[in-house]
Amino acid sequence: MDAKKRDRGLLRIDQDECKGCGLCIEACPPKVIALSAELNHYGYRTATYAGAGCTGCGICFMACPEPGAITVLRAVSHPAAMAAREGAAHA
Amino acid sequence: MCSDTALDYEVAQGRAQSFYARFERKDELQHQTHYCPGCGHGIANKMLARAIDELGIQDRTILVGPVGCSVFTYYYFDVGNIQAAHGRAPAVATAVKRSRPEAVVISYQGDGDLSAIGSAEILHAANRGENITVIFVNNAIYSMTGGQAAPTTLLGQKSTTTPGGRAADTEGYPLHMSELLATLEAPVYIERVGLGDNKQTAQAGRAIRRALENQVRGLGFSLVEVLAPCPTIWKMSPVDAQHWVRDVMEKTFPLGVMRDRTGEAMPKPAAPPSPALEEIPRILGVADEDLPQGNAHAVEGSREVDLEVRIAGFGGQGVLLLGEVLAEAGLDAGLEVSWLPSYGPEMRSGTSNCHVRLASGSIDSPLVSAPGILVAMNEPSLRKFDRSVRPGGWVIYNGSEFPADCARADVRVLALPFTEVAHQLGDARASNMIMLGALLEMTAVLPEASVGAALRRLVKNPRWIELDERALARGRALFREAYVEVGA
Repeated sequence: MDAKKRDRGLLRIDQDECKGCGLCIEACPPKVIALSAELNHYGYRTATYAGAGCTGCGICFMACPEPGAITVLRAVSHPAAMAAREGAAHA
Repeated sequence: MCSDTALDYEVAQGRAQSFYARFERKDELQHQTHYCPGCGHGIANKMLARAIDELGIQDRTILVGPVGCSVFTYYYFDVGNIQAAHGRAPAVATAVKRSRPEAVVISYQGDGDLSAIGSAEILHAANRGENITVIFVNNAIYSMTGGQAAPTTLLGQKSTTTPGGRAADTEGYPLHMSELLATLEAPVYIERVGLGDNKQTAQAGRAIRRALENQVRGLGFSLVEVLAPCPTIWKMSPVDAQHWVRDVMEKTFPLGVMRDRTGEAMPKPAAPPSPALEEIPRILGVADEDLPQGNAHAVEGSREVDLEVRIAGFGGQGVLLLGEVLAEAGLDAGLEVSWLPSYGPEMRSGTSNCHVRLASGSIDSPLVSAPGILVAMNEPSLRKFDRSVRPGGWVIYNGSEFPADCARADVRVLALPFTEVAHQLGDARASNMIMLGALLEMTAVLPEASVGAALRRLVKNPRWIELDERALARGRALFREAYVEVGA
């Protein structure tokens, strides 16, 4: 597997904010979200990112009723950020 | 490589700035809303917060919250917040927008709030074309109260109040608020959107942003109706509820733009500011000297005053005016006063009475249930109220013969044919002022100057002022004569 080929997107899911409604799972086009097997602090099975395959489309974010349960990140591609990343890599 | 991954990504979609970082609603759960899993409100809230962020209007946004599940908007949105009474959000939003034209004012309402108890407010706000934005979240039921039918409930839909399903014959048809409002001239933008699938949700976000943008541009009234799932009350899983919006609800409430005049609409100027307080008498044509001065002709010394008067008669006898002149004179003299009319719908005849209180201290209640003085302008009024007069009090009765069965040992009486006296003075209708004159002489509390000032404020016709002044003087004289006779 090519470790350098990164996904275009990445998900962060706040396990304490998620209420496990499952709308993000339904909404996700590449189907990379699932319900956790374990219950969280409040007794919900929460949404969990499969860890790979996110395109960063952001659809799950707007399907989710909670303000910050989901954060969608996208791979940085603009030159300045790339340069910064290079710099960080060399440091 | 994995540990470096985060360096390569930036947040594309995250918690909106316009939400508070923590919701101080309860000790626990400060990071989540009170909405049920899968609730449409949560999604609509997020769209609104994102639009506020994108337009850069957080500092000047005022959100008027409703009654219903979305009542707690003020816990979530870090903007100006007002909580309106049930259904009244558009009226409150109107006032806020008119008094703060630079603010972006949003009325956020559910279908129970907007289409039932608040149907008048939304109709008139839309008809006036108020430059506000209304987010109307429609889930076809009263959810917060446990699932009663709403005007928007679908035909056949079960609720606690339509257990057999809504039937048109008995419960009418679902109210189409967006279509209804789109028949009005004034609104510039009305669209119905849904939260039934990804495509609908994306469109809902765009519509909400447009509705806010219209207001920022000053175009006028915008409303977005959002068909939203309520998994809890619909008794469905969140995903099933979402699909029900698209597959079932949308058949009754078709999505689409009902009105779009944003292309031709010109920015409306803000409503002109209200006139300054000191300008109002001039606008109403009231001369400065006619305004109550408050303490103008103050009651002498530090005399304690607590007068409770009931005035009763039939409509047209000047019952209410008598009470008004008395109260206004008290106001002029710097007393606390209350005047409480009680009358039927008839402009003439019918019964009429009023409660008047004058006091040097504050007045606890405007009701006078045990008057110190009863002014009875006819016999039925006397019979209705004579037992209520407190011991040691007075009855001023319009009639030369006081009914024997109404006489009380603990109440003094001044019974005279006031109407006849008024007729002799020039007009029988002045009998109220003669009785007031007697009352003023009897109580000896109010300065004559205050009474004169009150009369001139309330009576505009100079001929009547002249007659009423003579009537007051006649009443004072009649009391003195009678009192001397009684005292003799």
